[in-house]
Amino acid sequence: MKPAAFEYHAPESVDDAVGLLSSHEDAKVLAGGQSLVPMMSFRLARPASIVDINGISDLDYIRCSDGVVQIGATARQTGLEDSCEVATCAPLLAEATGHVGHRAIRNRGTLAGSLAHNDPASEYPAVLMALGASVTAVSSGGSRVLSVEDLASGHFLSTALGPDELITEVSVPAQSGGHGFAEFARRHGDFAVAGVATVVSMNGSGVASASIASFGGTSPARLDEAEAALVGSDGGSSAVAEAAARAASQFPATDDIHGSADYRRALIDVLTRQALQQAIAGAQEV
Amino acid sequence: MMAQVAITLNVNGRNQTTLAEPREILADVLRDRLGLTGTHLGCEHGVCGACTVLLDGEMVRSCLLFAVQAQGSEITTIEGLEENGELHPMQKAFSEYHGLQCGFCTPGMILAGIDLLKRNPDPTAEEVRDDMGGNICRCTGYQKIVESVLGAAREMNEVTS
Repeated sequence: MKPAAFEYHAPESVDDAVGLLSSHEDAKVLAGGQSLVPMMSFRLARPASIVDINGISDLDYIRCSDGVVQIGATARQTGLEDSCEVATCAPLLAEATGHVGHRAIRNRGTLAGSLAHNDPASEYPAVLMALGASVTAVSSGGSRVLSVEDLASGHFLSTALGPDELITEVSVPAQSGGHGFAEFARRHGDFAVAGVATVVSMNGSGVASASIASFGGTSPARLDEAEAALVGSDGGSSAVAEAAARAASQFPATDDIHGSADYRRALIDVLTRQALQQAIAGAQEV
Repeated sequence: MMAQVAITLNVNGRNQTTLAEPREILADVLRDRLGLTGTHLGCEHGVCGACTVLLDGEMVRSCLLFAVQAQGSEITTIEGLEENGELHPMQKAFSEYHGLQCGFCTPGMILAGIDLLKRNPDPTAEEVRDDMGGNICRCTGYQKIVESVLGAAREMNEVTS
């Protein structure tokens, strides 16, 4: 239960951080450390070097301007929870944050770190997929922007990032429409057995757009078959039930000690209905 | 063995410098290097809350942080709560309402309770249970812990009003 030895680096700039990542084999970025440190204590992770980015003061920000929420890599999750701007611009993100671990965890944990870790039971990758968010990844060769969907979906405890890349910012377009969030966890703050995040917009004739994403399966997933069932419908209970049934069948279910794949599919059906009802009610108020 | 580095921490209002390897978590440095054994280590992977301390005034798990990361920070542990020999109102309430049995979770419970009242000075019993759900107790069944936190809230609100 004690981490193995490593070389510790505390760069003060992004340039220095990515330089260290490219010049050191088997280096890991340390941000909030709420996933990496326990993995190191269990010795499931034994990086040779740690690049601690907490000293890079440029990365600690949450800004909301021009219809985009920008969140720096070291901004803490409690910052998202307590921010009036996030509550206004991306209320799904604010609501979901209250379900991530406990307050003491969120005081250290970061949004970017949660994405880079990409635990399939984690709320954030699915929530950010539903919001259409993207990340900026920087390496010594330059920077690129990739969608959270490309970053996280299909990956298990890993991402599309290279070992020398650092997420510097998460960029969330202001939510347009109503949102829904539903998860089932044994205890508030525990990892969920399964969950659903969604954003729905309505026009005069019914559902104009919908994004639906799930967590608690083999990897976070965008459930496009469920979205297709909903878009163009009146958003009534039969359309919601059809979307929920498709969500359950498309969900990448998995068995583990917390529940069978069948149980998880049944949960996704119910949770999708709950999340969509919340989102549609919210969209009708807009 | 990796080289040790000098780490200076302001613990309970006093600057202290110690040598430690970068891989040493804050809880181990507090306990084994600085002799502050009031901070308890239960699960050592961020689940039980026993090792809760305040880092620059914010509640954190000292098992999920390398001590070297706390370089230059202010840390408050259970030993730093008393003032001039007087227990903190939260400590008094845990004594008065029997909020502990074996005492292992108590330092973390007390710091988590203080942090809760800082954010929500007059919580309901349900809010106490929800907010402190990350701190596990295996003895009390939590009833007396909730009563202690509510009792401390009453006491602290009386003093400030």
